[in-house]
Amino acid sequence: MKGNEALAEAAIRAGCRFFFGYPITPQTELAAYMAKRMPKENGVYLQAESEIAAINMVYGASAAGKRAMTSSSSPGISLKAEGISYMAGADLPGVIINVQRGGPGLGGIQPSQSDYFQATRATGHGDFHLIVLAPSTVQEMTDHAYIAFDLADEYRVPVMVLADGMLGQMMEPVVLPEPKTDAAEKPWAVTGHKGERPHNIANSLYLAPERLEETNVERYERYERIKAAEQRAEEYLVEDAEIVLVAFGASSRIARSAIDKAREKGIKAGLIRPITLWPFPVDAIEAAVPGAKAFLTVEMNMGQMVDDVRLAVNGRRPVEFFGRTGGIIPTPAETLAAIERVAASLEGGAR
Amino acid sequence: MSKVVFQRPHALTDTPFSYCPGCTHGIVHRLVAETLDELGIEGTTVGVAPVGCSVLAYEFFACDMVQAAHGRALAVATGLKRAMPENVVFAYQGDGDLASIGTAETVHAATRGEKITVIFINNAIYGMTGGQLAPTSLPQQVTQTSPYGRDVNEAGFPIRMVEMLSTLDGVALAQRVTVDSPKNVRAAKKAIKKAFEYQVEGVGYTIIEVVSTCPTNWGLSPADALQWLRDNMLPYYPLGVYRDVKAEGYANVAEAASARAQRLASGGDA
Repeated sequence: MKGNEALAEAAIRAGCRFFFGYPITPQTELAAYMAKRMPKENGVYLQAESEIAAINMVYGASAAGKRAMTSSSSPGISLKAEGISYMAGADLPGVIINVQRGGPGLGGIQPSQSDYFQATRATGHGDFHLIVLAPSTVQEMTDHAYIAFDLADEYRVPVMVLADGMLGQMMEPVVLPEPKTDAAEKPWAVTGHKGERPHNIANSLYLAPERLEETNVERYERYERIKAAEQRAEEYLVEDAEIVLVAFGASSRIARSAIDKAREKGIKAGLIRPITLWPFPVDAIEAAVPGAKAFLTVEMNMGQMVDDVRLAVNGRRPVEFFGRTGGIIPTPAETLAAIERVAASLEGGAR
Repeated sequence: MSKVVFQRPHALTDTPFSYCPGCTHGIVHRLVAETLDELGIEGTTVGVAPVGCSVLAYEFFACDMVQAAHGRALAVATGLKRAMPENVVFAYQGDGDLASIGTAETVHAATRGEKITVIFINNAIYGMTGGQLAPTSLPQQVTQTSPYGRDVNEAGFPIRMVEMLSTLDGVALAQRVTVDSPKNVRAAKKAIKKAFEYQVEGVGYTIIEVVSTCPTNWGLSPADALQWLRDNMLPYYPLGVYRDVKAEGYANVAEAASARAQRLASGGDA
């Protein structure tokens, strides 16, 4: 299946029956698939008047206790930023798909990873985080959509699946998960009190500063639990690696090919592939520091995740960056060249 | 034996209103709450509070409530209603929220015929932020951000929302009322109740615009503010029913829309 379609089917199988979107390339197939499938599942596909309206419809359906999602691509996610912040502030779950394209501005329609900062740092105003999942295969597009709803419900946070145009358009065989129902207990949902309980309120407004601080402190305690329990990363040839590449999503596939070629040339390279971008898998980086001589991030942007790797490495090893941007996918050959440059700099390290 | 002849509607909490003296929000809140009581729908209703003076409406209405971002009330209401078609969903919005920053949400929820009820408070000013020019501020009206009066050549013309929305096929009921007198309060109550009844029957999108006052930011006493409303707002924003598909003999907006399409196809008027 195509990545976008596999993701859509997995979301339906995760019990999502409410999709609100707005047309944008390169996530088109995802919405089209939903438009075709949702009516057959007694679900709702609604093409909103704008990206802004779409995320606020998710806010409404989610406040009603339903599994709801929206999908878009980079410029559209910027428009959704306000709604995502409100969802975080009101502790509403929900799933947001970003099939990234190049930016800033209207940018281009080719694959990119340049929304890393937006996803992990500043998706909207205020103190908050999203859980951010970064698939690297069509199978993971499927798996991440499936688990995103569980994570969102468990922690009452919005979850973003940060894909890119390459994964969205790519076709690979997938194993689809078993359908499950949206059965999470949501006593906080605004479903009408039926005279049986005090009224529920979905809200992010706290005019008393002490109260607002309290809500943020509580949310950050939840974030600490998420950091402890939900960091995910995959390792490839890291055990004996002297040069540890760090790459997520599409660029991790290229990094892996480059590592194989580097190994053939006798360079001990390995890969840490963050699967959760938030929480960033600092534990995996930490474990690699003693054996590593240097780190190298490979990204389809001007250098964004490299900041998180530097924070985790904390000055103990050099952390280099190689990337292409604007919709250009780095080649294994030029990535290999970047590895060789790092290897050479290590050899000359005694200078 | 004593007899209760007047009391707080069950659908209002006992939280004191945060509104200024003489503000008409309190009256309209009460009319909505009385309607929820009389139709027995408080327990199945979810209300959406906007950004503006009524941002705290979620504290005042006893039904389940959602607070929405500025202008997004009708997108949130759409999500709620689509998720819970059996529930009653209403949004309570001011002129800045509904007719300026939320215009797209307003128009598209209406044209989709979302089965929700919108209570639109038009007092021709941004109240909460201290009295700025609103989309519905009148020509020559002095506000904090139109200190020399609204110059229509610069700031454009005020929007007549219910007239505009009444052209859309999804709208079942579009009516403008006011609450400046007991007679008009009774008429407003009737309109609000009809709007909720239409929603329960699934007729279509319903909007009641309430021409309201803002004594504080207009710089007038409550009584003078009501007189200013009569002298200045009602001539520009005439009271009346702008669309009522049931009164026109249709069961719902789909029937009315199809009849309109046939009229147009045969060269008739919209």
